Amino acid sequence: MTQKLFRRPAPAADLLITNAHVLDPRTGIDGQHDVLVREGKIAEVGAPGSLSAESLPPTAPTMDATGKHLFPAFVDPHVHLRSPGQEYKENLETGTAAAAAGGFCQVIAMPNTSPVIDAVTVLRSLTTVASQQAQVPTGFLASITVGLLGSDLSPMAALADAGALGFTDDGKPVTSAGMLRKALQYQRLAGGVIALHEEDPALSGAGVMHEGAVSARLGVTGIPSISESTMVARDSAIAKFEDARMHFQHLSCIESVEALAYWREAGARVSGEATPHHLTLTHEDVRSLDTNFKMNPPLRSESDRQAIIEGLRSGVIECIATDHAPHARYEKEMPFEQAPMGTTGLETAFAAVYSELVKPGVLSLGLVIERMTAGGALYGLPVPKIETDAEANLVLVDLEASWTVGEHGYVSRSQNCCFDGRTFAGLVEMTIAAGSVVYEHGKELDR
Amino acid sequence: MTSHLISIEEIDRAAIERILLRAQSFAEVSGREIKKVPALRGRTVVNLFYEASTRTSSSFELAATRLSADVINIRSSGSSIEKGESLRDTVQTLTAYEPAAIVIRSPYAGAAAQVAQWTDAAVVNAGDGKHEHPTQALLDVFALQRRVGKLDGLNIWIVGDVMHSRVARSDISAFQTMGAKVTVAGPPTLLPRDIEALGCSASPTLDELAEADVIYVLRMQHERMQEAFVPSLGEYAARYQINHERLRPGQLVMHPGPVNRGVEISADVIDSEIALIGEQVKAGVAVRMAVLYELLVGTTTLAAVA
Repeated sequence: MTQKLFRRPAPAADLLITNAHVLDPRTGIDGQHDVLVREGKIAEVGAPGSLSAESLPPTAPTMDATGKHLFPAFVDPHVHLRSPGQEYKENLETGTAAAAAGGFCQVIAMPNTSPVIDAVTVLRSLTTVASQQAQVPTGFLASITVGLLGSDLSPMAALADAGALGFTDDGKPVTSAGMLRKALQYQRLAGGVIALHEEDPALSGAGVMHEGAVSARLGVTGIPSISESTMVARDSAIAKFEDARMHFQHLSCIESVEALAYWREAGARVSGEATPHHLTLTHEDVRSLDTNFKMNPPLRSESDRQAIIEGLRSGVIECIATDHAPHARYEKEMPFEQAPMGTTGLETAFAAVYSELVKPGVLSLGLVIERMTAGGALYGLPVPKIETDAEANLVLVDLEASWTVGEHGYVSRSQNCCFDGRTFAGLVEMTIAAGSVVYEHGKELDR
Repeated sequence: MTSHLISIEEIDRAAIERILLRAQSFAEVSGREIKKVPALRGRTVVNLFYEASTRTSSSFELAATRLSADVINIRSSGSSIEKGESLRDTVQTLTAYEPAAIVIRSPYAGAAAQVAQWTDAAVVNAGDGKHEHPTQALLDVFALQRRVGKLDGLNIWIVGDVMHSRVARSDISAFQTMGAKVTVAGPPTLLPRDIEALGCSASPTLDELAEADVIYVLRMQHERMQEAFVPSLGEYAARYQINHERLRPGQLVMHPGPVNRGVEISADVIDSEIALIGEQVKAGVAVRMAVLYELLVGTTTLAAVA
């Protein structure tokens, strides 16, 4: 089978975690347990005090996790690691270290790099680097069209053979319906999910934020929500017609959620993701014209935010994805209309969603854990689970601990976080990815 | 802490009245043979203009000069800005001269607020993109008050390309703060969605124009035709031009300039008694003197000036 995830070699973990509140909505576990990790696998899950470290090597640590929560580690199906070509923003090592710090055990990187991942040579060079530098298992999407230009199909089958999990022109829509249809037909040969950034450039125009009361006040050109939703509706219809597998990235508005629900009901094989920022922020946050709040799709109205939350709750939207999009400080220190779009998100995803939606009682903790671990399965990756004999993919979180975003800097190479300065509850204490400890809070790991 | 004038929303009615009262005394200075006061002697004002401007840049320069400040004028053409220097780097370079104030005009919303984060100087927004032009709003209130007295209960219509107008946004706020009721009217393609959230009414026609006491006419730019916001200048003029056929006796007309004669406003209205256009320009110097004084000297020594 073709290798689809890549990471640097790391020692298999041996440790005993005692008295953690273990929660995995898929296996149904929800309560105090000890968890024994041996040679990178979950060897045993038992009642508190029932497990001993006897079977582990003598140096193996025992962690008292009283008062802390242990979840299956998170999966992010949408990150920009900026390599190749834009390593001044992020690279495979720093981006995946940020993922580890955020509690993620798998990430999927987007192909809008420089050069674009539209050729086997580019993908191979990346998977090679990832095999040496990635802190957590990393998968790659290749582009649908050559150079993201929308006019020629990438060699999808060859790219899939070289490890591509799927295809996207993320950052841009596939404007031509005819081109998209060909890609969907070709999917029957190549496999892989077609993931789409939905936006009609004729409707977005020169827009840089949500079109509504705030853009009216600021005199900043708006992007209407129909720019996204009309494309979701159009492309769902094409997906159904071709019986293709399609995924919608970073959905932002009511109309898109409605279109997705309609076409799913109609039998289209379509799925969707939502970002922590669209779940927790609105265009009101853009009033300051702080460029950390400039992203595409833009932060929309409160009713849009509520629709995204409801979509996530009902399952119309299957997963949370960060759309982690690092930019250098000097690039973001531009007037709002000139600054590049994007916010980082790997280090804040869980804390933002937990603090803004779980703590106030809007979403249950179990549902959020389910949605934060579901993104890889949409691309055919195994789901992290807490059960005996599973590969250890675990995140230990102190839900009581509060921390201020950016106070001690970022693990990411970039600082453009829309949550910068906010105080959140929910601190990632330790991340185990593919059987290896990849992050411990307060401890600089050997990189 | 340094104070700035970034947005008209930052200042309440009392502050507007205080600035305009001082502008009145400066207007008297402008009537003298020696039009100078020593208020800012030895201090430096930088005018940083990233966009072409005639009346705003000249009136800021004149305002600072009449307050006896040293003035540096920087325009984007022929400066390091043209060579690709970032706004932040330019501002930091200028800050090395320790200016008391930086007056900035930028084609981008939020630029003045950013500059305020990067310098110790007082920052005056002389127009940031389509966002705000607070000194224009102040001088509009000043000129209008001089003609009609208080604006309370006044019905003001702002007519034309509201979408692309920073003047409209600042005026909607300033006129309402001073007690007027504001309606915006213009082609539906040029009225921003949800503009009513600013507290004004919106109308796609001039059918109810008779209810206006004051009509504030916005400039109709030729570029808008290319972007298909309106089919032609002719069709625009036929529906929205302010001319004597549309006006009733007693109505006043304002315009921020520069005007397109015969497009958004007829030539005879421009030149008539009911137009305040010349008074607006004249108010520019006194109001900008008052703004610089307010920010750099402060409120306590009002009596000491002029």
